[in-house]
Amino acid sequence: MNLDQIIELIDGEILIANENPIEYDSAFASDLMSDVLRWHCDNMILITGLATIQTIRTAELSGIYCVILARGKKVSDEMLEIAGESDIAILTSPKSMFEISGILYQEGIKPLY
Amino acid sequence: MKMQFDIAGGDFSAAGGASSEVKKTLKQLNIPPATIRRIAVALYEAEVNVVAHAYSGVMSVEISPTNIWVQIADKGPGIPNIDKAMEEGFSTASDHVRQMGFGAGMGLPNIKKNTDSMELKSVPGEGTTLEITVNFN
Repeated sequence: MNLDQIIELIDGEILIANENPIEYDSAFASDLMSDVLRWHCDNMILITGLATIQTIRTAELSGIYCVILARGKKVSDEMLEIAGESDIAILTSPKSMFEISGILYQEGIKPLY
Repeated sequence: MKMQFDIAGGDFSAAGGASSEVKKTLKQLNIPPATIRRIAVALYEAEVNVVAHAYSGVMSVEISPTNIWVQIADKGPGIPNIDKAMEEGFSTASDHVRQMGFGAGMGLPNIKKNTDSMELKSVPGEGTTLEITVNFN
């Protein structure tokens, strides 16, 4: 699933896109970055309600290239800067983590764990 | 190749900066991505530990053709019981640290999981020193 397909499904908005398009096939939903750092697979999406610099650092250092911020969480310029340096896409959606996860699961995105 | 970074205790906005620099260097050296990820995650967990628990710390990195050795030495309260600290789920992190998405008591076990060797020494009231090695092959 690419970024355009994702935002259409979750009524989302792309705040910053990947320079090199990626097809995403799995996702992990958590506000706990300690948990996010424990498991990994390529082409995974992180769905979270935690909109901090550490969210983007966690994605950067664990090799995640797509972060979806639930319930319309705002991002800072610094978050966008770090995301841009590491080619991380940031998407926002007005929907909850639960609903975003449910929609993407229904459309074939697999759980990571 | 040697690198060194200062880590400020309590400064969550900067946490991960040193790990990010090491990751960029390893990329330039064409280390396999899966190995880079293991190193980056271990260093980030260690860096967050210093930010969350200590007053200050220093990350010293030595990269050889076959492996990376990193020492993270901090000045801080130290760890009274290392066996307990290594247990999954045990944490003494503050509410502030938990609000940042950490402090679940999984950092040290995750460092062990992602490294080939890990040594943790601590003097309560003085500080903690963590040494890790990850082989490239």
